[in-house]
Amino acid sequence: MSRILTFNIFRYNPQDPGTPPRMDRFMLDETDRMTLFIALNRIREEQDPSLMFDFCCRAGICGACGMVINGRPGLACHTKTKDLPETITLMPLPAFKLVGDLSVDTGTWFREMYQKVESWVHTSKEFDPAALEERMDNGLAEEIYELERCIECGCCVAACGTALIRPDFLGAVGLNRIARFILDPRDERTDKEYFEIVGNDQGIFGCMGLLGCEDVCPKGLPLQDQLGMLRRKMAFTALKSLVGKHKHAHK
Amino acid sequence: MQTIYSDLLCIGAGLAGERVAIEAASAGFDAVCLSIVPARRSHSSAAQGGMQAALGNCAMGEGDGPDVHFADTVKGSDWGCDQEVARLFVDTAPIVMRELAAWGVPWNRVVPGESKYFKGGKEFTKVEKKEKEGLITARAFGGTAKWRTCYTSDGTGHTVLYTMDNRAAQLGVVVHDRVEAISLIHDGTRCMGAVVRCLKTGDLRVYLAKATLIASGGFGRIYRESTNAVINDGGGHVIALDTGVVPLGNMEAVQFHPTGIVPTDILVTEGCRGDGGTLLDVNENRFMPEYEPDKAELASRDVVSRWMTVHMQKGFGVKSPYGDHLWLDIRHLGIDHIRTKLREVDEICKSFLGIDPAYQLIPVRPTQHYSMGGVRTNKDGAAYGLAGLFSAGESACWDMHGFNRLGGNSLAETVVAGNIIGKKVVDYLKGCEAIFNSKVVDAAVAKQAARITALRNRSNGSESAYAVREAMFDAIMKGAGIFRNEKDLTECVETLQALHERAGRVGLKSNGVGPNPELTLALKIQGMVKLALCVAYGALKRTESRGSHTREDFPERNDRDWLNRTLATWPEGASLPELSYEAATKVFEIPPGDRGYGGGKIISA
Repeated sequence: MSRILTFNIFRYNPQDPGTPPRMDRFMLDETDRMTLFIALNRIREEQDPSLMFDFCCRAGICGACGMVINGRPGLACHTKTKDLPETITLMPLPAFKLVGDLSVDTGTWFREMYQKVESWVHTSKEFDPAALEERMDNGLAEEIYELERCIECGCCVAACGTALIRPDFLGAVGLNRIARFILDPRDERTDKEYFEIVGNDQGIFGCMGLLGCEDVCPKGLPLQDQLGMLRRKMAFTALKSLVGKHKHAHK
Repeated sequence: MQTIYSDLLCIGAGLAGERVAIEAASAGFDAVCLSIVPARRSHSSAAQGGMQAALGNCAMGEGDGPDVHFADTVKGSDWGCDQEVARLFVDTAPIVMRELAAWGVPWNRVVPGESKYFKGGKEFTKVEKKEKEGLITARAFGGTAKWRTCYTSDGTGHTVLYTMDNRAAQLGVVVHDRVEAISLIHDGTRCMGAVVRCLKTGDLRVYLAKATLIASGGFGRIYRESTNAVINDGGGHVIALDTGVVPLGNMEAVQFHPTGIVPTDILVTEGCRGDGGTLLDVNENRFMPEYEPDKAELASRDVVSRWMTVHMQKGFGVKSPYGDHLWLDIRHLGIDHIRTKLREVDEICKSFLGIDPAYQLIPVRPTQHYSMGGVRTNKDGAAYGLAGLFSAGESACWDMHGFNRLGGNSLAETVVAGNIIGKKVVDYLKGCEAIFNSKVVDAAVAKQAARITALRNRSNGSESAYAVREAMFDAIMKGAGIFRNEKDLTECVETLQALHERAGRVGLKSNGVGPNPELTLALKIQGMVKLALCVAYGALKRTESRGSHTREDFPERNDRDWLNRTLATWPEGASLPELSYEAATKVFEIPPGDRGYGGGKIISA
């Protein structure tokens, strides 16, 4: 027997302030291998064409469809309805500015994050089109790829206690990004330079260790390991710079 | 009305758009990229397999070079490509891959020593040389003589796009995300920018620029079953076609990828077959060697898709509620290989099919995948018809792919074309003095504002944009799929013409306030039907089979009559595109000949 699903969906269009925020209810007959991608599109096409939500690749690769599904942030495209109860409550991700209904503005948040961490290879070398590429150990390339698999879906930010109370917190995703560049020999930044970016409450000291980020990461990234690594590395850097200052003061 | 000026306006912030913007920014020009989604969600991110460049570093790539790459590309195109462009592409590709390495792409590298690989389900051994250790390595892809596809596991598009977007941010390229260009601003001879709708607020804005680039990706979403992201609905093509003067090239050349999974049509990479995966039928027999004894699963995509369809038509398909399909078998590659080198495939199988590809077969069928056609440009990337308009990447018909593109050549094209065309855009900007005619700008805005009002007030009718789209899906899937013939194409064209009229009577059900998604579709549905008509009408008129364009009633490749490129323009008020033709290539490095796979007769020039 196929189920009749009930969807309770958060509705609010900030461009239409006359209509207050509310929850709308939609009913849908469940079909074989139904995902939230299929369900939400059907609701929009058959019941309410104004419903706002985001999908892009619909294949778990681009990260567009993060939302809170029965209380837990996740990707809607690869959430199968058969794994959910008959009543499904969908909310937009918190921590990001609401565009409307289930759609949030992750682009602005992430752009600010990668401007803050200067998310690019810092090098003094000029690219020489006539030369062979610089060599790299394949194992290292794979380690870098491992941290670069983040799709910026925003689930870890939405699940983070610190990010919800501190809008300037870099989040697990920002710290993971830093870890990726620390690992990369092409980036010439020193530990001290990294410390200036993350050695504060917006960075590594803001984390309350609730582990929400790693629990909800749809790519299974080792986010807490990166934070732990950064804390140890940065504590060491901080210590070195304190010792350095101390020596300097005695001169 | 907010008006934003820049030197270069890129419509699209995927790999091609950002690569051109980077070139302009490096030369000191202001570049603004528009994107429907945050730039890092562009469909470039979904490309798994890799980028072709003849580096010749790995053992199976030894002896490779641009000439070999060139020959593969021309054969792959079934002699439909512009050979000057293909030459530019193959010569520049290795440099661009190295540049990406310098910018931060974690390419997989050569590991010296003995290792195993699979071909056609059999195990072989190769030895990588010590002196090549740490250089960029490559994997096999279809239609190539050498292993040439550079990759980062199977997240190549993702890592390259993130690196590109980082580089763009570093150079101060401005990205406006969640905006959509809904019309070009032009005076019939020169392009001045675009009218743009903000998808966060619904407001209209004007972007004026000395040069405008369309880099909006493919238009696969005019098909129901497509591997494309949902944003690939041809918006960039529509605004070009709507000018009435910019032609689209070879729109009938639509590629079907052999391995879309059933039923969701998500792509699993060609890397699966490149790394030794095989295709099996209902009896779990490997069938490709029967049709292609030499290349088997590694013939070009058009060929493999066609044989799969033929084999299913013979009754060897696996029956399912979603229609027939075949199996992709990668079990023999081993769990380590699958969990690392084919990790996205592993995840897709688990998340969307609930199967483990290390132990189970993957249900696949040919699915719409790539548009070889697009905004016709010259070899500098300049669009025909309007000065100051350029195009690059999948949205363009530049045209190195002709009637079929090889796997790994499109992702490479985005950055290689971006590099080459970016330099040409810079030359153009250096010699450019912009004059923006405010009457032209005001008229362009007023026209779009009036369309929005009419849709919201239902003053032209109350047809549903979604219903028109469904009917378009039905028509084009039936008439202009893998196999085509006169009867079905004629019916398809007639149906689409009626739909074109219906699309003119669309009105919104909802209020259309703000970033309303129904309005977003309503604004372009008629344009999408126009694109479908360019495909179907072009296919009806092209009475031969070339690359991905297969006419059952004209099975020969006819070089005598059809060694040319279709150009489609849409005059204002017309119900069909106007078709004209130009020579496929001005220069022949390789005269038309046999591809070496795919069979088929050739009528010589």
